Amino acid sequence: MARIGVLALQGDFEKHSLMIEQLGHQAVAVKKKEHLSGCDRLIMPGGESTAILKLIDRLGMRDTLEKFIAGHPVMGTCAGLIMLARQADRLPVPPFAAIDILVQRNAYGRQIDSFIDRIDVDFDGCNKQMEAVFIRAPKIVALGPEVRVMARHKQDVVLARQKHIMVASFHPELTEDGALHDFFINKL
Amino acid sequence: MLKEQFKLKVGLAEMLKGGVIMDVTNADQAKIAEDAGAVAVMALERIPADIRADGGVARMSNPKMIKDIQKAVTIPVMAKCRIGHFAEAQVLQTLGIDFIDESEVLTPADEDNHIWKHDFKIPFVCGCRNLGEALRRISEGAAMIRTKGEAGSGNIVEAVRHMRRVQSEIKHVATLDKHERVAFAKNIGASLELVQYVGEHGKLPVPNFAAGGVATPADASLMMQLGAETVFVGSGIFKSSDPEARAKAIVTATTHYDDPDVVCKASESLGEAMPGIEISSIPENEMLQNRGW
Repeated sequence: MARIGVLALQGDFEKHSLMIEQLGHQAVAVKKKEHLSGCDRLIMPGGESTAILKLIDRLGMRDTLEKFIAGHPVMGTCAGLIMLARQADRLPVPPFAAIDILVQRNAYGRQIDSFIDRIDVDFDGCNKQMEAVFIRAPKIVALGPEVRVMARHKQDVVLARQKHIMVASFHPELTEDGALHDFFINKL
Repeated sequence: MLKEQFKLKVGLAEMLKGGVIMDVTNADQAKIAEDAGAVAVMALERIPADIRADGGVARMSNPKMIKDIQKAVTIPVMAKCRIGHFAEAQVLQTLGIDFIDESEVLTPADEDNHIWKHDFKIPFVCGCRNLGEALRRISEGAAMIRTKGEAGSGNIVEAVRHMRRVQSEIKHVATLDKHERVAFAKNIGASLELVQYVGEHGKLPVPNFAAGGVATPADASLMMQLGAETVFVGSGIFKSSDPEARAKAIVTATTHYDDPDVVCKASESLGEAMPGIEISSIPENEMLQNRGW
């Protein structure tokens, strides 16, 4: 059984924790830097990236998170993708630059432009369809040579990884399908 | 399709959890709120305390002012329409508002009917005082429920009353068997299907937030400990002596609501909170929470 930290400063962290527990692992709500010790992996959830980044700095968690991200598998969904990116627009403080992607926030528009669709995901050569929920979603507008594309929606890359960092612009935690979490915990 | 749409609506409410939603009346205030770490702003022309003081009919805000706020921030922008005023809601949807609050803070447009919220692509939040009221709003399509509290009072007592009432009714339903829930649904005037859901899951089918009277970091902590998943702060921030510091402090206290050390530190050197009103001094016909059913 793995111990998976879920950054729990704000957002839908409980949905991630539920999915982790359904897969038979332990979820740890990370609200302070000491909560990270003993975690094998970390999920940065959906929520408001500006609010979460502000809280990270205000609560003095940036250095600890940076060190953890450098040495452990991390998955970011939506706001989590923004926080792990090399660069994103209109952010009050810099993101963690853990994956070589350039991100445009709210790229599809406002809530009225939110949508659900099916995508084909490449799990290391094994393809699977997944339901993808896009809520005020960001877009990856450029990616570096070391970033591997795992799924697209139309032309847009919506799931990508670079070594031990994986990011999704959609919300697997809002569906019943634990495939991506399972891949993150067992294969990344 | 309807099911997918509802999932998207509740999905946005999920993203706002654990955060603070702040009332703002212009772009500058919206920036202050965003910088303080708000997860969304509620754009309105007058904050509830001023609506209460000014009297007269309170309506949906001017679209121009809402657009200015949308341009100023990247976080979701909410706005209020009058209870039952679906044409105001249509205008807000056209503006691309992220969440509509069908709110008792504005003067009701319809004393019998609330908006049929399933007709909209935009999610709605509605206020409630008890479980029956919450479930009626959810039946109409609300994707988020909040306590009504007593807006603009700076007094937490009514929000506490409403949150405790909803939570204790939820606990009660869970103790009833399926047969008993039918009579319970009839008594509280709610859909049987939703009452069964609450009984089986021990919670509402949509996120449950707190609003109406939050003025201090400890108020936010109290509401979160009573079961709120996010906190709305209306007049509490921009009616205080130092809005910026208070906004930050309430955000920090909401994240660490269960850690009194953090709430204590956040509460230091904040300046004056808004003055607040004793509820018993508000005439019955001026109580905002009695609007809507």
